[in-house]
Amino acid sequence: MADKTTSRISGSTVVMGLYLLFLMLPVYWLVNMSLKTNDEILSAFTLWPRDLTFANYATILTDASWYMGYVNSIIYVTLNTVISITVALPAAYAFSRYSFVGDKHLFFWLLTNRMAPPAVFALPFFQLYSSVGLFDTHIAVALAHTLFNVPLAVWILEGFMRGVPKEIDETAYIDGYGFGRFFVKIFMPLIASGIGVAAFFCFMFSWVELLLSRTLTSVDAKPIAATMTRTVGASGVDWGVLAAAGVLTILPGALVIYFVRNYIAKGFALGRV
Amino acid sequence: MEKTVNQKAWFLVLPVLVLVSFSAIIPLMTVVNYSVQDSFGQNQFFWAGLVWFEDILTSERMHSALGRQALFTGIILAIQVPLGIFVALNMPKSGFWSTFCLVTMSLPLLIPWNVVGTIWQIFGRVDIGLLGYTLDAIGIDYNYTQDALDAWITLIVMDVWHWTSLIALLAFAGLKSIPDAYYQAARIDQASRWKVFRYIELPKMSGVLTIAILLRFMDSFKIYTEPFVVTGGGPGNATTFLSIDLVKMALGQFDLGPAAAFSIMYFLVILAISWVFYTVMTNLDKQGGV
Repeated sequence: MADKTTSRISGSTVVMGLYLLFLMLPVYWLVNMSLKTNDEILSAFTLWPRDLTFANYATILTDASWYMGYVNSIIYVTLNTVISITVALPAAYAFSRYSFVGDKHLFFWLLTNRMAPPAVFALPFFQLYSSVGLFDTHIAVALAHTLFNVPLAVWILEGFMRGVPKEIDETAYIDGYGFGRFFVKIFMPLIASGIGVAAFFCFMFSWVELLLSRTLTSVDAKPIAATMTRTVGASGVDWGVLAAAGVLTILPGALVIYFVRNYIAKGFALGRV
Repeated sequence: MEKTVNQKAWFLVLPVLVLVSFSAIIPLMTVVNYSVQDSFGQNQFFWAGLVWFEDILTSERMHSALGRQALFTGIILAIQVPLGIFVALNMPKSGFWSTFCLVTMSLPLLIPWNVVGTIWQIFGRVDIGLLGYTLDAIGIDYNYTQDALDAWITLIVMDVWHWTSLIALLAFAGLKSIPDAYYQAARIDQASRWKVFRYIELPKMSGVLTIAILLRFMDSFKIYTEPFVVTGGGPGNATTFLSIDLVKMALGQFDLGPAAAFSIMYFLVILAISWVFYTVMTNLDKQGGV
């Protein structure tokens, strides 16, 4: 029995080791390239940088047209997360606590927006936001991304709220709490981890999306992911800078994951475990 | 949980309704509007009825794009679901290494999709990429820009790399919710490893797995950015999936009518299949007695 457990543990370790290696190799290669000069990238095949350079990062961090891409992305992602969570909270509460005419249909309709291919919406969004004068603003991208983030936030929050016993609501009302005060003072702290997870998902899907954010912006709110296409110039591709820009887009995600690491597992199950 | 009937709950849903209407219904109506009209330029539109729908339904182009899309989604689901479950079963259950695995595995999920494309575009290149160079060095003729099969394999491996972790994390969350008593009972009964998996772990994971499959289905069916960056839909049309074809039609050739009809049918296909998943999922929720 004891032998069996040890061999099984080491088997698991091998599996996980291989899988993590598979995940990390392409990322390592990107980091590796970002620290090389273009000469080294193109002339020699090296597994690690022989001629370590941070020039590619310096190019990005000193050029406003580069680093503003990060600032723009972070602004609209934050706006989107705040808007999505704010409107999703009361709706999720309604879905988790009450039944009302058309609730199931409404819930599915919301989910259909999560299913909608962005490619379908790219052109109409462009025309809609141009006609109301919001083209190339952060708020336009933030609003466009609510299309798939609000349904997801409602879905996740509803899952977490179902786990809170209804007796808590009733006790609070008997104690004389109004709805607003109860919701903010008592209920929200109870589902704090759910709010964190929902915010994480809103951040994630807004951060990784490119098609809509690229269509809706030209200069002032252009996201970093779209700025990256600049590296393809007349003289060929500037691989080093491209790789460095890629590495820098991974960092905010890594940072956010670190903060929510203890809730990731439950969060990915959308609160339904 | 018993829910109280309360029609005033509509007021709580109202903000969501207003916001999503603005960002979903208005654009969708624009699409419907285009789909039944024809334009000869200068913003002159004419009623065209269902001509575009007939065109698209019978067009070779839509059929082959849909076929490629279905094949792609089928393949990645067939790889990612078993692999994800397998990885989840092998993950450390608690402690530092568990967190380490969780964080590392989440990383690909948070990389912007075009950067995912860029990573694999570089990684697969024969001259400067680790994968392409290695394959070339051991004598395998690999070139994803020229060879359709290589392009497909590259995209599938990329998608497996990108999204298997999502399924693994969901399955892991399901596994962690199984009380130890179940395993103890199984040990007393001397159940085999397979039986533990089949009769304890799999049923307990079925709820989250349905969510995982639903999410993966929806997202892989609307995949655009990654294949666009890596192959641009080529070589030829070999990797032109539905979204890539649609963007080509709408923004490239500006064929608004056909593109709009295409959009609507595309959306309906996703909707129909997702509805089936969703129904299955809510039924499972009920059986679970949540």
